[in-house]
Amino acid sequence: MTNHTVSPRPTFAGYLATRWRDWSVTASAVVLALVVGAVVMIVADAEVAANFAYLFTAPGLALGSAWAKVSTAYSALLLGAVGSPLALAQTTAAAAPLICAGLAVGLAFRAGLFNIGAQGQAIWGSILAAYVGFAVQLPPVIHLIVAVAAGVLGGAVWGGIVGWLKAKTGAHEVIVTIMMNYVANGLLAWLLSTALFMRPGRQDPISPEVHPTAAFPVILGQLHVGFFVALAAAGAVWWLLDRSTIGFAIRAVGANPNAASTSGMSAARTTIITMTIAGALAGLAGAQSALGASATGTPVPLTVGLVGTVGFDAITVALLGRSKPLGIVMAGLLFGGLSAGGLAMQSIAQTPLTLTMLLQALIVLFVAAPQLVSTLVPILKARTSRVAVAGGQA
Amino acid sequence: MKKSLIAPPMFGAFALALGGCATPPAATTAAPAASTSTVPVSDFKACMVSDAGGFDDKSFNETSYAGLTKAKTELGVQSAEVQSKNDADYARNVQAMVDAKCNIIVTVGFKLGDATQAAAKKNPEIKFAIVDYAYDKPQANLKGLVFNTSEPSFLAGYLAASLTKTGKVGTFGGMNIPTVTSFMDGYARGVAQYNTAKGKSVAVLGWSSAKKDGSFVAAGPEGFGDVAGGKKLAAGLMAQGADVLLPVAGPSGEGALQAAQASGGKVASMWVDTDGCVSASKYCAVIPSSVGKAMDVAVFEAIKAAKDGTFNNDVFVGTLANSGAYLAPFNQWDSKVSAETKAELEKIKADIIAGTIKTTA
Repeated sequence: MTNHTVSPRPTFAGYLATRWRDWSVTASAVVLALVVGAVVMIVADAEVAANFAYLFTAPGLALGSAWAKVSTAYSALLLGAVGSPLALAQTTAAAAPLICAGLAVGLAFRAGLFNIGAQGQAIWGSILAAYVGFAVQLPPVIHLIVAVAAGVLGGAVWGGIVGWLKAKTGAHEVIVTIMMNYVANGLLAWLLSTALFMRPGRQDPISPEVHPTAAFPVILGQLHVGFFVALAAAGAVWWLLDRSTIGFAIRAVGANPNAASTSGMSAARTTIITMTIAGALAGLAGAQSALGASATGTPVPLTVGLVGTVGFDAITVALLGRSKPLGIVMAGLLFGGLSAGGLAMQSIAQTPLTLTMLLQALIVLFVAAPQLVSTLVPILKARTSRVAVAGGQA
Repeated sequence: MKKSLIAPPMFGAFALALGGCATPPAATTAAPAASTSTVPVSDFKACMVSDAGGFDDKSFNETSYAGLTKAKTELGVQSAEVQSKNDADYARNVQAMVDAKCNIIVTVGFKLGDATQAAAKKNPEIKFAIVDYAYDKPQANLKGLVFNTSEPSFLAGYLAASLTKTGKVGTFGGMNIPTVTSFMDGYARGVAQYNTAKGKSVAVLGWSSAKKDGSFVAAGPEGFGDVAGGKKLAAGLMAQGADVLLPVAGPSGEGALQAAQASGGKVASMWVDTDGCVSASKYCAVIPSSVGKAMDVAVFEAIKAAKDGTFNNDVFVGTLANSGAYLAPFNQWDSKVSAETKAELEKIKADIIAGTIKTTA
């Protein structure tokens, strides 16, 4: 070990420097996305853009109208996301399924697996959680626990199948998960056309309402217990990854499956376990969608689009959170805030929904390309290179 | 050589400078809304919440939104709208419109049924209307707007049967939901009517009234936004011999129009919701007619009634009788539809209105 000098011993200062770089790149990405979003807003608004014809003769008109447009939109975004206790509650409600599904993608990613199937796993979570919610009568608390457990189980089975196929047959998990998403969606649509799931007296593919006993209890506005379940799930994933033997195997297989096998860990077994746990987490996201309170205080009945695009948004959440539980919670809250704030942008500032989606896409784009961010933000570059030098000396 | 390289950027810079140097119009004309508009500006605020399809779905959200736009220009009302991304967001989005102090809130699609009813109960002073949904016992401030599209589809089926040369007509849907299948079923029954009246045996591909099932682009809402998928289904129907199609799939239906256009006159494709010769005018030559569903008119009328204080909770049912559902003009096909067929269609329309012909099971 004496001549092992490949990497310097990690120090607290070095740790802080790396952390600072990660956080500042992410923060810069958000700011850059907001700047590009502002430019798009100005260009896309014919009235504001027309004023730029007078940029040199009447700069006040052009800049004033541009500022008014952008500041109205972004203050609405801020107001809707964090402007009041109710707004914060809305942010947490939108964040809860994103955090769970983000953990599902992030955990798999740590084992070197691309779980594109959080969507299908969440769909199964929502199907089973909703079914137990509306078809079964149980006392409060127990009903909720059984419904959540059913959703988690549904996701775990759907994810576990992928892990099993990968481990036993070598089928690539990306292809399998994408296809399983279609199958889950198709099965949901079919189930909603059967008497088992269809609401009595209606022909539309919509389920009955979930019994109040199975709903996550509401704390304030849309803030419900499910959000804390999501936080607990993040804590559990942290413990699993950083403190447990399985977590060590997951990380080892993710880093180098061959080396892990050589040291006696079963890559196949780890793959199955990882995909099952990831599926369970995505299933929990589906249960959040099916049992979480909407603005009316009751959960939304099961429909084909109930989970929305949570499984795909989860990929961006995991990416933004760098597949770390704390990062995923933060990223989930950010996207939850964008969802809640995006609504306020629409209703107060009349900014189209597409812009919020554009902002999300830009943030991810900038995060995925840290080099681009440090080129665009020179201060960051100077700072990071100095940090690198300092780190080298330490 | 050098000059030609420099010229374009220089020209660009010049144009930019010229653009930036324009003089703004005088302050008096800077606010044209007040001077040019003949409609008095009203404080009345009409609002709309889309379903996850969005207002640009070229289908029922977009057509309903046209009703709001019309109310804005013709009645001078204020407006606001929210597009939904997820089904889980509906209640929250309707609440946002309540918070925006709207006087009437129009929601689009059956998926918003629960959220709209809950909001109507909570806010009795606000009027609510919902497209493609109706309640058995609505609150006084809640109006359902539904459309009996099987009636004009019945006429479309009869027309298709009269036009086919192969003896086979086809249809497909975007997704298996009642608001889609009512078109397909009406169409098939119209063909059956033709067969009975004329002693023919024109076959319908893509829908079976007996089985209540047929061809759909997809299992979920994505079936409405998949032009390639629509084209594939249309090509499949054409390969089986169908030469008159009725796509009931929103934007996906454009695939059928493309396939019909590529057939070089062998195949025709109808259109739904709006007159295809207006909304998809470049395909007008292959569109014999369209099955209209006047969601824009119904939305406009609901907003107007709310503004005028004549709003009620009676369910609006668009039918051939009130033109809320209609068979669009034949446009370029006018000469290809025989006078005999035209007369028969008029007769059937009168019979449907009178109730002597049933267009549903």
